[in-house]
Amino acid sequence: MIDIKKTLSDKIKTVPPSGIRKYFDMVIGMDDVISLGVGEPDFVTPWHIREACIYSLEKGFTSYTSNSGLIELREAISDSFHNDYGVDYNPEDQVLVTTGVSEAADLALRAVVNPGDEVILHEPCYVSYKPGIILSGGTPVPVSTTRDNEFRLTGEQLEGAVTDKTKAIILSYPNNPTGAVMRKQDLEEIADVVVEHDLLVISDEVYDKLTYNGKHTCFSSLNGMEDCTILLNGLSKSHAMTGLRVGYAMGPPGLISAMLLIHQYTMLCAPITAQMGAIEALRNGEADMQAMVREYNRRRRFFVTGLNRLGLDCFEPRGAFYAFPSVESTGMTSSQFAEELLQQQKVAVVPGGVFGQCGDGFLRCSYASGLDELKTALERIEEFLS
Amino acid sequence: MNEILEIIEQDPKKDPSEIALLTGYSEKEVQTRIKELEDSGIIRKYKAVIDWDRVGEEYVYAIIELKITLGDRSGYDKIAHRIASFNEVRSIRLISGDHDLSLTVRGQSMKDVAFFVAEKIATLDQVQNTVTHFVLKTYKEDGVPLFEQEKSRRLAISP
Ligand SMILES: Cc1ncc(COP(=O)(O)O)c(C=O)c1O
Repeated sequence: MIDIKKTLSDKIKTVPPSGIRKYFDMVIGMDDVISLGVGEPDFVTPWHIREACIYSLEKGFTSYTSNSGLIELREAISDSFHNDYGVDYNPEDQVLVTTGVSEAADLALRAVVNPGDEVILHEPCYVSYKPGIILSGGTPVPVSTTRDNEFRLTGEQLEGAVTDKTKAIILSYPNNPTGAVMRKQDLEEIADVVVEHDLLVISDEVYDKLTYNGKHTCFSSLNGMEDCTILLNGLSKSHAMTGLRVGYAMGPPGLISAMLLIHQYTMLCAPITAQMGAIEALRNGEADMQAMVREYNRRRRFFVTGLNRLGLDCFEPRGAFYAFPSVESTGMTSSQFAEELLQQQKVAVVPGGVFGQCGDGFLRCSYASGLDELKTALERIEEFLS
Repeated sequence: MNEILEIIEQDPKKDPSEIALLTGYSEKEVQTRIKELEDSGIIRKYKAVIDWDRVGEEYVYAIIELKITLGDRSGYDKIAHRIASFNEVRSIRLISGDHDLSLTVRGQSMKDVAFFVAEKIATLDQVQNTVTHFVLKTYKEDGVPLFEQEKSRRLAISP
């Protein structure tokens, strides 16, 4: 008999368990829960995209694809960035199709991090970055963003975190869990520090299409940034395709080929059915995507106003589909609030601390739910607070 | 403007205060705009989509295609308006292809509908021939599916 504890690698023992898991376990088995704890769209993938997937199956397209992904898809991705942001990536050697942004982020870190290298990340942020950095052998260096600055990262903060061990920074706007966005001038501040210290930027822009009141600025569209940025994106959020698992990375050929090297030996390729759907989504998905964005925007206005009326102070989130209200006025900690709210009123939210310590005192509430559910959730929260 | 219409098309019962929250307009603005949209005839009517089968009301629907011979000076509008005046006619459209007009007709029985076509429609001078398709089952009406959808399998909590 093997001793499992001894069998596990030292590295895996240093990866902290997911804070999300706990709430997931609490919700399981409860009836009539309204969940604002969901990090994915409530929309089903638009039918024309699903149909493209079905049609590809009917035609018998069930093989591996090229490691980099179908060339038609890489071309469609490259075209969309040319059209949306004026940035040009060669579909031959600068675009890599992956199994979601999740895989792309892992590949990027593993391709560049040496043991002891520091990788800066701004918190609160998506839960996978820190473990990703640890698993690749690096040291995560978190920088706290604040409510006062609407959870934006400043050039000064970045500068303060840079050491001679710094290899890269993970930038992630529009942001999960805060809904924060960075304006062009905010990104330019970051770019200045990046140039000064020769940093690599891994920019996860998976929510780029979900912005309200103002268009997203793609980091690599900034002057000189294309050469030092690995751009990560995918179709999970923009086209409601989370379960189909397709994302991509773009960047300088030398970096993309290094990522491809890992990808070809580990994942081999992204699922062909999903890639077929993605081609359809990028070619003909604009109208459906815009309709979803309009709907998110309505819910956002409705929900954020509702939270503020209840005394849960919430800055205006301008991207993704999350509101990040503070629970300070209630005198409770965010975990206490989340647990009691779930038990007493059956509304599930995720405490902000799950996304980095500086998220304590806040809640991540996803408004990727139907309006009726959001309404009931607000009523229940009101009941809870009274 | 279109934003308000998109909301109302989905749910005509939403009240202006909620539409205001959803759009960022003030409640007053929403009221004024809706009034304008109603007055100008952009909003024609507020309607419910009813699954009459579930009520047990056995309405019979038919789609009827008509070939029209136009008279000397009258276009399609005149004959279409005339046919539209019948209560039995739920919709009427000018279409391309082998036929000219397509109607949806509702009656209490197949006999009812058949008589209506034979006596009121086929007898009109301009109507050259008619093709009647009885509706066996309606799956989707005005953008609303009338069958149960699969429940979502989305997890309650995810990163
Ligand atoms: C910021 C961020 N990046 C990446 C992902 C994962 O995306 P994918 O489904 O493409 O792996 C998520 C999902 O919640 C996310 O919020």
